Amino acid sequence: MEHSAWLTGSLIYLAAAVIAVPLARFFKLGSIIGYLGAGILIGPWGLKLVTRPEDMLQFAEFGVVLMLFLVGLELEPQRLWSLRKPIFGWGSVQLFGSALLLALGALACGIDWRLAVVAALGLAMSSTAIGLGVLAERNVMGTTSGEAILSVALLQDIAAIPILALVPFLAIAGADSGESSWLRLALAIGTIAVIILGGRLLLRPALRWIANSETPEIFTAASLLLVVATAALMNAVGLSMALGAFLAGVLLAESEYRRELETDIEPFKGLLLGLFFIAVGMSIDFAVVIAQPLLIAATVVGFLLIKAGVLWAMARTMPIPQLERPVFIILLAQGGEFGFVVFQTAALAGVISAPVSSFLVAAVTISMLLTPLMLFAADRWWIPFLAGGKKVIEEIKEPQNEPVIIAGFGRYGQIVGRMLFANGVRPTVLDHDAEQIEAMRRFGWRVYYGDATRLDLMRTAGADKARVIVVAIDDIEQSIDCVKMIRANFPNAAVVARARNVQHYYELYELGVTLIERETLDSALMSARSALEVLGWQPHRARNLALRFRRHNVAQLAATAPLRKDEARLIAAAKQGRQQLEELFALERQQATERQSRAGWSGTADP
Amino acid sequence: MATNDLSPAPVDPAAPVDAEILVLVAHPELDQSRANRRLLQAARALQRKSPPGRLAVRDLYALYPDYLIDIAVEQAALNAAKLVVWQQPIRWYSMPPLLKLWLDDVLTFGWAYGPDGNALRGKDLWLVASTGGPEDSYRPESYNRYFFDAFLPPYEQTAALCGMRFLPPLILHGAHKASEAELAAHAETYAQRLADYPVWPEIDLVEDCVECAVPPSARPTDRVVELA
Repeated sequence: MEHSAWLTGSLIYLAAAVIAVPLARFFKLGSIIGYLGAGILIGPWGLKLVTRPEDMLQFAEFGVVLMLFLVGLELEPQRLWSLRKPIFGWGSVQLFGSALLLALGALACGIDWRLAVVAALGLAMSSTAIGLGVLAERNVMGTTSGEAILSVALLQDIAAIPILALVPFLAIAGADSGESSWLRLALAIGTIAVIILGGRLLLRPALRWIANSETPEIFTAASLLLVVATAALMNAVGLSMALGAFLAGVLLAESEYRRELETDIEPFKGLLLGLFFIAVGMSIDFAVVIAQPLLIAATVVGFLLIKAGVLWAMARTMPIPQLERPVFIILLAQGGEFGFVVFQTAALAGVISAPVSSFLVAAVTISMLLTPLMLFAADRWWIPFLAGGKKVIEEIKEPQNEPVIIAGFGRYGQIVGRMLFANGVRPTVLDHDAEQIEAMRRFGWRVYYGDATRLDLMRTAGADKARVIVVAIDDIEQSIDCVKMIRANFPNAAVVARARNVQHYYELYELGVTLIERETLDSALMSARSALEVLGWQPHRARNLALRFRRHNVAQLAATAPLRKDEARLIAAAKQGRQQLEELFALERQQATERQSRAGWSGTADP
Repeated sequence: MATNDLSPAPVDPAAPVDAEILVLVAHPELDQSRANRRLLQAARALQRKSPPGRLAVRDLYALYPDYLIDIAVEQAALNAAKLVVWQQPIRWYSMPPLLKLWLDDVLTFGWAYGPDGNALRGKDLWLVASTGGPEDSYRPESYNRYFFDAFLPPYEQTAALCGMRFLPPLILHGAHKASEAELAAHAETYAQRLADYPVWPEIDLVEDCVECAVPPSARPTDRVVELA
């Protein structure tokens, strides 16, 4: 019986996730909203497949713990140390600034001061799971806003300890023992010291010993054990399990087992985190929502707006690049799972009543549910508005007169630019991807925002005087438009063009461009050389063959350009060209073999 | 930025060359050259004035920056030529590497020399070279230890093996320190010579090429394995 319950549970959770997440991603809503939706669907207010979501929530919280362990693994101690200012400075501003304003707001509404303080502290927390989950999903952990979000999340984890310790004191009856809380503080500090010292001295030798046993599943077990043990230790002394796991991660960030630990833990994290979101979805108490829909809506909107205001001010002063601000604000404005714990603790201590607690939990959950939707809306309207409508990055305005213009500064244009720059040529660089420009500017490049297909912008960029215009745009259509415009208006500039593929090459060729490079040809030939070398060809011979292949290939392309619209003849010509080259190389191999056997050398021309 | 007024338009290395005089210029750093750059300019100027089919100037380092010589094109150009000019700086008592590679690749056995290797027979070869060291450094008591003539046999013999007449070389010594006037005069002589060919005062004094036929036994032709 027990057995089948476990099976049914797995069946429900896995099926819900497998259906809901791809569906959500299909609608470009992100996986988190898929999990939350799946949770609502199978929960007590949906299909009633699961009735006690609290149990699952507790178990699934371990996903958050694993996630912080992984975040810690990515963060070497030095980097963490360099983040101390954002963590304690900006993190405190966010948490205590928001909490203060929230409490004042609550007091202004005539709410009891104790409830105001608890609610403010609980609502000021943000969801680490969603925040870091979204950062990982979008791969923006390394950006300014990514680091800021991580810093704030870490401070909340740290601050949760004293907050959870102090909340019971708010209860009039809760003045039991001052000394026990001192004892708890000492225990906490002692535990952290044990983790840090143990991590430094014992973990690596232990892992080495386990790795030497060469049993992969035991290493996985050891990885999990490490996280579970740290979490249990922290939990035992009343500290945040996630914080402990994070510390353990940081301590192992420099170890040689970092990658292995990551790959071992990653799938567990992913599944448990998904389970966590499902559990959050399930635990929304729609009874509370239905009882006071307006009050809860006002609470959610109110606390989101107050927190967003604080975050907006932070983003401006830190400063966070304008285009990253929406994500920063949305991810930290929502309530978080720490809020649940704060409210539970307060309810247990009798500071707030149980119905109030579940009301606040519902408010937090709804804000977490809204977050992916708000992100979706921000991606659709807010960020494009910031990027396009207001022209965050100003278009090129001052006339330039460098001898070279590079249109498009992605992977291709950057290499061209760096090579020119290294030789004292300062190209004028145009790109129309605002994020790319910001990234490049951070590396010290002077990149202008501008659509290189526009005549006026090209003129400002100095196309009249430029001797060379490098068209390195990756979009084929835009590249062709740009070249057409250049050929028509700046006939004196030589066009050096990047071709994405052969069709693109032909189109450029027909526009009269002679300096065209197919973007993959040369790197592929280098790989062919490497392959021949491994097979035993002399490196210099492989080089010669590659160069000759290239010459033949380029000549062939020019010869077949007029046929490009006649597919049948094009294919025939391509086949013929390939055959010619193969025959030529075969003949040479044969001649070389003959020459060598005549001369009495040992070996053959080619292996 | 280094400007290169020497290659006015992108050249197609595979374009056929058909001229009586074939000037092959080989200088790895033409932009830093004093003598060869002027000589190339003088040859190009003459080329522009000459009727088609008279003079072709090929800057090997511009044509083959990747050292991948188009053998068929080069051999066709040689076939058409009566006079072949090697215009080069002397590097380490010899020729720049690309010109040497040109020899290795283009002057093939059975084409330029050896049995049936008669493609160049009866043509003239003219070396136009410059040295960095002054003429008096090419003496037994100076740092180059040998008279400059001592470094010419490889050139002469290359010509001879291909059945070519080796015309008296035009050498500019001490190119680093040559005055503007000297350089101008040198370039003038060069252009005049190219323009006058084959009517040179001393050309009748040049001995015909020594016959140096490679005997068939010099290279094993059967497939019997012999140990060298």
